[in-house]
Order: sequence, then structure tokens, then C-alpha cells
Amino acid sequence: MDYNFNFAAVWRDFDLLMAGLGLGIFLAIISIAIGCVIGLLAAFGMLSKNRAIRVLSSAYVSAIRNTPILVLILFTFFALPQLGIRLGKIESFIATLSIYSGAYLTEVFRAGLIALPIGLREAGLTIGLTELRTKLFITIPVMFRNVLPSLSNNFISLFKDTSLAAAIAVPELTFYARKINVETFRVIETWIVVSLMYVAACYVIAAILRRVESRLAIPR
Amino acid sequence: MEILEAIIAVWAARWPILDGIGNTLLISGVAIALGTMLGLGVGLLLTYGNLGVRLFVRIYSDFLRGTPVFVLILACFYILSVIGIDLSAFEAGIFALTLFCSSHVGEIVRGALQAIPRGQTEAAKSIGLTFSQTFFSVLFPQALRQILPTWVNTATEIVKASTLLSIIGVVELLLSVQQVISRAYLSMELYFFAGFVYFLINFAIEKTGRYVERKVAIPS
Repeated sequence: MDYNFNFAAVWRDFDLLMAGLGLGIFLAIISIAIGCVIGLLAAFGMLSKNRAIRVLSSAYVSAIRNTPILVLILFTFFALPQLGIRLGKIESFIATLSIYSGAYLTEVFRAGLIALPIGLREAGLTIGLTELRTKLFITIPVMFRNVLPSLSNNFISLFKDTSLAAAIAVPELTFYARKINVETFRVIETWIVVSLMYVAACYVIAAILRRVESRLAIPR
Repeated sequence: MEILEAIIAVWAARWPILDGIGNTLLISGVAIALGTMLGLGVGLLLTYGNLGVRLFVRIYSDFLRGTPVFVLILACFYILSVIGIDLSAFEAGIFALTLFCSSHVGEIVRGALQAIPRGQTEAAKSIGLTFSQTFFSVLFPQALRQILPTWVNTATEIVKASTLLSIIGVVELLLSVQQVISRAYLSMELYFFAGFVYFLINFAIEKTGRYVERKVAIPS
């Protein structure tokens, strides 16, 4: 194998790659925040007494979970304008990723809500809180602290999914990687650097989230 | 919505689309089969290897799990051709998905093996079983029950990830539908159609998984 490694071409554009990485993390944070709201609503929907709401919520979850995310991204970006819904590429990607993560978080929250002891809700109602306030101030916060580990796993896989934004030309890490790849032909160097950046980012995010988890975990 | 026109367009392109579905199933099937075999090895080495081996396999697995599948596919596609391994996009894609699958199966296997109580191994040793006897008739059957449900999840992940091969030009289901879109300009109906077919494939896998899970569950 006679391949001369030359990382200079990649280092020259390293700030572009870092900007791309930053955008990826930003997209993941916004999407998981919106996804949490969707997930909470759908999780309560799945546990609702109303049959129609239950069916609707579980249809949402299984439809999104069984469809490839690339199809969802392309659908939102290329197909929705046909209905007059025209979104910019970043907005469209955030919308897709939020709806996508919402479906996975629904399962997480549903499991978390089921695992809560029934006494929590009863205690809330007994001291005179309304049903909504019991949820907002007692059950949801406790459930949140319990499901944090699954929440952070979801965040990491969401961050990796931001690489697909390159398919609709959102300028994040993978987009710049492909750009550098075709402009400089430093193929091996580009992809090694970019993969390592993703791996390193995942490690750092995971380490930070572990700290947050142990800080917020309910002491036993 | 021009549903009738969409149906006509899909019907006119039924053979290419069926070819695409065939390719999707072939790619996923091969990647899952090879990836599972490789993954069993990864899992065993992670559990029973000596320190050096464990470290090496851990780096392999963490690297693959920390890199987004999309980056993995692009990296395999571009790098392999540069270092003189001449694979078609189709083969490079299967290679990337196999690596991805192996790291995930490896973690599943490791988790399942480590979850088995120590007493099982000790009991097997005390009645005089060799390591391979212990493994094949005591540990593995128990681990398999844990592995199956998550393994089915990985299988649906692979089917979904196979859509990414459309970006390196492998004509699987998504790309075959996109080719119809570029002729018929019915992006919404046709992306919906593609999503629906993927939904059916994954739904079928999931249901089969549930069935197998019930079959192998320890009766209680």
C-alpha cells in the first residue's frame, strides 16, 4: 500500500469541522428538548383512559419507530412543501428529529410513569393538589430523575443521527467531511479525523451526562 | 393529493421497486447474518478475553458505536477503494452495516453473559463440566433468552440503516422510489409509500421477534 498520509489538508479546514460538530450538538439539544415535550404528552396519551387517545399515541410511536429516519427527513423536507408547509433545511431537520426522538422518549417516559409507586399520586391528591399539579410538581419530576440514564442514551444516539442532516445539505460535521473529501481527495485522513471527532464527542457527552445523572439521581 | 396518479406511477415502476425491496432485504439479511456471527465473537472476547484482547475489542466496539452509521458507510465506501480493496457500493455498504451490526450484537451478548449469576458457572464447574460444556449447555441457553428481544431491535435498526446506502448509489427501496419521484414529481405520496413499506418490513420483524420471545420465555 503506497499511500502518503497528509493530514494538513484536513487540519486546514479543522475550524469548519468544529463548527459542524457544534451545529450537530446544537441540533440534538433543541430536538431532544422539543422531543421531551412530545414524548411526555404521548406517554400520558398511552396511559389515558380514553381509547382513541391511546390508539393515536401508540400509532404515532410505532409508525415513527418503524420508519427509517432518512425517509422521515426527506419527507419533511421534500414532500411537505407539496402541502404548502415550507420549512428551511435546519428548521425542517429540527422538526423531523424532534418528532423522531419524541417517539422513542414516549416509550422511556411511559415505562418511567408505570414504574412510579401509586402512593405518589395519591399523596399529591390527598394534600389537595389538582390532578394537573400532582403531575407537574410530583410525578413528572420524580419520573424524570428516574429515567435520566435512558434519556442520556437517547441523546447520544440523537447526536449521531444529526449526521443525516448532511443528506439535506445542513452544514454539520458529515457535510463538511464530504466537502473536504471531494475537494482534497485526502480520503482516509478525512474520514479518520471525522470518525474520531464523533467518537470523542460521544465520549465527552457521555461523561458529562453521567455526572449530571449522579448529581440528579434520587438518593436511596 | 394525487393518490390515483401515485398508484399509477408506482404500478408502472413495480419491477424496479420490487427489485429495490429485494435489495433492501438482501442487504439487511446478509449484514444481519454476518454481523451477528462477528458480534458473537466480539461479545465472547469482551467477556472472556484476557486484558489485552478485551482492551482491543473494546476500542473496536466503542469506535464503531461512537461513529454514526452514515459516517461509517461513507468511510467504508471511500476508504476501501483508496487502499486498493475494490468493492462495489453494494458490497462496501454491506461491509459497513456488518461492522455496525457486529458491535451492537457484541454489546448485547456481553450484557447477557454478564447478567448470568456467578453461581451458574460455579455449579457447572463443581459437577466437572469443562469450559466449553459450561458455555454451550449452561450459559449460552440462558443468555439467548436475554439476547433475542434486543437482537430483533438491532435487526430493525439494520433495515432502517440500509436506507443510507441510497446516498452512495445503491439502488435499494428508497433509491428506487426516489427514481420514480424524479419522473412523477409526487414526492409526498411516494415518500409516504416508501415509509409505509419500511414500516411493514419492520413491523413484521418486530412481531416475529415478540412471537419468538414468547416461545423461548421460561414458563413461570
